[in-house]
Amino acid sequence: MNGPLHLDLLTQLLPEAVLVVTALIVLLLDVRAFRGESIAVRMSRAAWGSILGLVAALGVLRLEIASGDGPAATFLLQGPTQFLKGLVLLMALATVVFAIPGRFTRHVGEFFALVLLATTGLLLLAGTENLLMLFVSLELVGLSLYALTAFHDRRPESTEAALKYFLIGGVAAALTLFGMSLLYGLTGSLQLAVIGTRLAANPVSPLAWAAMVLVVAGLGFKIAVAPFHLWAPDAYQGAPTPAAALIATGSKVVGFLLLVRVVHIGFGSAAAGSAGALPWRPGWLPVLAILAAVSMLVGNLTALRQSDLRRLLAYSAVAQAGYGVLGVLDPAPESRAAVLYFAVTYALAVLGAFGVVALLESAGIEPTLDGVTGLAHRSPLVAGCLGIFVLSLAGIPPLAGFFGKFFVLLHAVDRGAALDRIWLVALALGTSAIGFYYYLQILKRSLIRPESGVAPALPLPLPVSPLNRAVLVMLAAGVLALGVAPKLLLEPLGASAAPPVTAAAP
Amino acid sequence: MIAWPLYLSLFGALAMTLVRRPDSPLPRRLALGISLAGLAAILVAVIRQPPGAEPVTLLRWDWIPSLGASIHLAADGLSATLVLLTAVASVAGVLFSWNVRERPREFFALYLLLIGAMHGVFLSWDLLLFFVFYELAIVPKYLLIAFWGSTRREYAAMKLALYSFLSSAAVLAGIVVLAAGNVPRSLDLSLLAQFPVADRVQAWAFPLLFAGFAVLAGLWPFHTWAPTGHVAAPTAASMLLAGVIMKLGAYGCLRIALPLMPEGARDWRFVFGVLSVIGILWGALVALRQRDFKFVIGYSSVSHMGFVLLGLAAATPLALSGAVLQMVSHGVIAGLLFGVVGRMVYDRTHTRDLNELPNFRLDRTLPGATWIFILAGFASMGLPGFSGFIAEVHVLLGTWPVSGRFVALAGVGILLGVAYTLRTIHQAFFAGDGIPADRMPPPLAPLTLPEKLGAALLIASTLALGLYPRVLLDWIQPVLAGPHFVGLRRSLGL
Repeated sequence: MNGPLHLDLLTQLLPEAVLVVTALIVLLLDVRAFRGESIAVRMSRAAWGSILGLVAALGVLRLEIASGDGPAATFLLQGPTQFLKGLVLLMALATVVFAIPGRFTRHVGEFFALVLLATTGLLLLAGTENLLMLFVSLELVGLSLYALTAFHDRRPESTEAALKYFLIGGVAAALTLFGMSLLYGLTGSLQLAVIGTRLAANPVSPLAWAAMVLVVAGLGFKIAVAPFHLWAPDAYQGAPTPAAALIATGSKVVGFLLLVRVVHIGFGSAAAGSAGALPWRPGWLPVLAILAAVSMLVGNLTALRQSDLRRLLAYSAVAQAGYGVLGVLDPAPESRAAVLYFAVTYALAVLGAFGVVALLESAGIEPTLDGVTGLAHRSPLVAGCLGIFVLSLAGIPPLAGFFGKFFVLLHAVDRGAALDRIWLVALALGTSAIGFYYYLQILKRSLIRPESGVAPALPLPLPVSPLNRAVLVMLAAGVLALGVAPKLLLEPLGASAAPPVTAAAP
Repeated sequence: MIAWPLYLSLFGALAMTLVRRPDSPLPRRLALGISLAGLAAILVAVIRQPPGAEPVTLLRWDWIPSLGASIHLAADGLSATLVLLTAVASVAGVLFSWNVRERPREFFALYLLLIGAMHGVFLSWDLLLFFVFYELAIVPKYLLIAFWGSTRREYAAMKLALYSFLSSAAVLAGIVVLAAGNVPRSLDLSLLAQFPVADRVQAWAFPLLFAGFAVLAGLWPFHTWAPTGHVAAPTAASMLLAGVIMKLGAYGCLRIALPLMPEGARDWRFVFGVLSVIGILWGALVALRQRDFKFVIGYSSVSHMGFVLLGLAAATPLALSGAVLQMVSHGVIAGLLFGVVGRMVYDRTHTRDLNELPNFRLDRTLPGATWIFILAGFASMGLPGFSGFIAEVHVLLGTWPVSGRFVALAGVGILLGVAYTLRTIHQAFFAGDGIPADRMPPPLAPLTLPEKLGAALLIASTLALGLYPRVLLDWIQPVLAGPHFVGLRRSLGL
């Protein structure tokens, strides 16, 4: 690389640069200037600093980049990628807002700096097709998130969860790296596109298959598909809720983006294999099909028995990851928009749900099914928003969650080319009935009139700051709007219109 | 104007949330106004332009271009018939829930949302939009039962919701097959009917789709949600459940499953015919043995919906028109029966036990309800002059060419229907004859005006349909002979 290119790079990566600078400033200010203040003041100042940084990053994020992709696909800058980066920034923004009323740590500056660094990593991750860059940003995200998980001062589970997350994450990273090194050895390239074409030139060798399985397993950890999900329930429950929200949303969306990119571009349709009728052929498809099936079953069945909302969301996340993976089974480029639509709308709903959990916690209510009881009488608005999030997760139209699920199911059968994979659709629909049951429990509890004995004496009504309320309402409106008009999200994510109808006599 | 009831109901549900004083009479007045306006709109619309074989597009917006889905509302004779039924049932439902005291604002908001969803199903001309409305109905009905219901309401509500969700999961699987495999890359119902999916796909996808819909229509052996749900639901909700929601399932079979997968329909007609006949007999036999007044009506609904399903399974044009007539007829009659049991009797006596009701001497203390129930019972038995008769005759005649045995067994079902209806009339209203005059129970509150109006509306509807079925048949039969059902007629060799 030479001089002018570096300048190019800086302009192209301006959002990431802004975030890093903000992280440093927040860290410094908190350590130096706000040292003597109370935690509440420090929280709100650091949060506002982070919000400013995130908004600035959004401001400098350009959707149209004239100069095209960065040097040798190290940094991708096409429309969908940039759009997705914007969404990740918005999610981080909501996370920061939810953190303001929290009183979980004395290390305020570090907390927000880590949130910003994790977001930086997510942005970098979203914008690369280079294995090296990919791994480095993956580690940046991972290390920030492990640390964030451990940030709760008063919960011993927090540390335990972080350790678990870190250990499993470390193994997953090692697997990914090993798989990547095999890929590099096989193809001699770090560029996914090049790897894809070179892999396609030969039938799938055992070594290539091993590489695929390893890489997919590592990415499966990121999106918490079973059996790589064991860290998720502990992390969701132990971590400070805003940190858990970031793990469940921004990290999840980018995880899906990565999975689609690596599998579709890096492995390509030539190496797909089969997951339906015999004869069986090795490839990434059977691996993903099995992961999806196991996740849907394990996630939904285990979620059924949870009473803690955060654990429930964690197991339901495992199930939802299973649905999402179904969309990846279709190697056609259109499926990418579908998977991303699913991931983004899922993330919006989960973000909202975590927002409600954070509100309950800051009001001193344990976020369990019992804690939600009577929410509608304490704050109709919050309960209404929670209802929308939960129903969207359950997949009730016209909310976005339904369309997300519908799109991925459509792609699970390859838009009709692989109807022998209908068993996956049937499994998804059958297990989503289980999901419907537990989501409906949350909705029902929130509407019940609180009786003496069921819920302890609680502040009535629930205190909600205007900013928090605005974010919740915006998320709920987003879930509704993206359901009523999926185009709004599908088109920026790169879905193309169906070819015009040619009605001829049959 | 046919779509106005849909817009009005959805608008009403929204407007209801703006009502500031939740305990005022405003919510029920608003709900009545909306329902009446909807009924007026559909009446004006069909008088101005009688619906015909061709769907008339009412609204069309691009929605999800990558799937070929659009927000497309259209109405032909079938849609208009069922929208009219829904509008009548919605007015009657509001009148019969005039006495809802607990959170009326939320009650009527959910009620109108449910009505809107049903109108939406009947008017959708796009597969995905159809399903959206179809599934939109689940949550309001769950909440209505779980929060305003009676006997074991939470259990019944959850059972109903899970049955609905699972059955719509089967439907969704069928829709995925239709949407994924279709040639024109469009979800327009007319185009989908023109380009059916491959025969071997239909062979396994048809039962998914048909059974998924038919569960909501009370298909044996998946009918058990219906009686428990009907019993637990508040009066208006059970009127709608039995009256209209069960028809959503039947309508799905008729509009989606049969015309879009005609080859599958031919292959599976016998299986579903058998299940329907079992449903007719089973529902009637169980109804004969019930002690709970509402359970009798609940199981009679299963039996009557069996006729609808039998007509759909037979799939000849005559049987299909009978099925549609029976949908309307049962919608009106079941609404009336549930209105009498839930509102007139139960709200006054607080019991539905057929062994306790004689103590109330309802024939003396509540003569109005007695008369109305006798009329409704006659209609339900299928006495000539009421709508049930003409509908069941159509179904039986239409099924004859398919299987004489089905017809004979269904005929037995009609006889059983007479038996349980007469037994119930006697037990509930007249069995207290032996009680001596000095031990007469205290008089009950007389029927209120809304109750009388609601009952009159429903009785008038069933009589009108029974005496002059031409009105509806002229809307229905051209559709069945029209382009949407070409593939079905061809596959059946008609």
